[in-house]
Amino acid sequence: MTNRYVFLYASAMVIIVALILSGAATLLRPMQERNMRIEKMQNILSAINIPADRAEAEELFDRYITETKVVNHEGEEIEGDAFEVDLQDENRKPVEERQLPVFIADVDGENFYVVPLRGAGLWGPIWGYLGLESDLQTIAGANFDHASETPGLGAEIADSQFEEQFRGKRIFDEDGDFRPVTVVKGTAPPDDPHRVDGISGGTITSNGVTNMLRDGLEVYKSYFEKLKTT
Amino acid sequence: MSENNNQTQPEALFSARNKKLLTNPLGKDNPINVQVLGICSVLAITVQLRTSLVMAISVVAVMGLANVIISILRKTIPPRIRIIVQLTVIASLVILVDQVLKAFVYDISRQLSVFVGLIITNCIIMGRLEAFALKNKVWPSFLDGIGNAAGYGWVLLTVGFFRELLGSGTLMGHQVIPDFMYEMGYENNGFMILPPMALITVGVIIWVQRHRDRSLVDVS
Repeated sequence: MTNRYVFLYASAMVIIVALILSGAATLLRPMQERNMRIEKMQNILSAINIPADRAEAEELFDRYITETKVVNHEGEEIEGDAFEVDLQDENRKPVEERQLPVFIADVDGENFYVVPLRGAGLWGPIWGYLGLESDLQTIAGANFDHASETPGLGAEIADSQFEEQFRGKRIFDEDGDFRPVTVVKGTAPPDDPHRVDGISGGTITSNGVTNMLRDGLEVYKSYFEKLKTT
Repeated sequence: MSENNNQTQPEALFSARNKKLLTNPLGKDNPINVQVLGICSVLAITVQLRTSLVMAISVVAVMGLANVIISILRKTIPPRIRIIVQLTVIASLVILVDQVLKAFVYDISRQLSVFVGLIITNCIIMGRLEAFALKNKVWPSFLDGIGNAAGYGWVLLTVGFFRELLGSGTLMGHQVIPDFMYEMGYENNGFMILPPMALITVGVIIWVQRHRDRSLVDVS
């Protein structure tokens, strides 16, 4: 086999593979994007404890999420589509310029506020949604997910057992000071409103959740305080 | 990865010989226990039974297909760039499978996502392409791929079973160790969820297998 043949073979192979893969990617993109939108809706709903399967997620989202807002770090409402805001881009900007989405739900007459979070785990990004009750300090529910944490270890943050621990915890202490929930190594005291159990073997991911909650909620502080006083 | 214990030359016979292609990798010629390949992914994904199962199924699919494609192309592939060709075939297959899963069965693809990269790096797949599919016809190559993937799969499932059972007290995510055991002082062995225990578990499997099959011990 001559060099010429080897060269042609390699080129042809690369072109064919490129065509197949880009063809598949373009063809399947709309379906994949729709799946991602639905998943986002499911995650937001799950932060206020409304289980939704794929088929009904869009309908339930329209029914319960009555208002979406974008605010800045001073708690003022600004222009923007909350659903389309990408936290990955926002977190790179200085705090003053960030767009902060808020999803307001009305479940049987009671208001819930859902905010998105994004941080870093051990291997890659982690993100989630935190639902707050109408007092704006009790956590109604939490939903976490990750790109590539270790299965069985760090990946357990996406497990409902881990997420359920956050229910009823608080993000402000008795004096009204900001004090988000910390994921501790090992077991947290059961009646402590600011701490939850960590994941054994997943300490770095657990710490990532702690940092994400602290950084991600801190920027909403003014907005929450403003809402509380009105 | 260059080991070559199948001296099979291309031929048209069916049955007996081909059946061996399928069953040998399950025992005597197991890619993990005997050839000691693919250990890295055994460490990484056997903490839970479910992830082991998903990985096992994906490897069966990719390995069967990759062996078939390489076998079809075997006479055209220039020997000097054969490794690159093999790698390209495996990588494109894995990406393609991933894309299709993402579009049609999103939930499963979410579970799989981490392992997709691991499938590409699984040296058993390239090992079989190199050792078998490059020299054999399509049908035997297909059987060889499925057989080796299954041999890899059962070890994965066994390790996953014991690691999840002893490490977390669950199987497929459901608690199986009854509560009264914990009340009596039983505790999950946290050691089992750490990677080194996968090696030790594989070691035990190898030990049991060699105890039962002496021919694996006296190779000299």
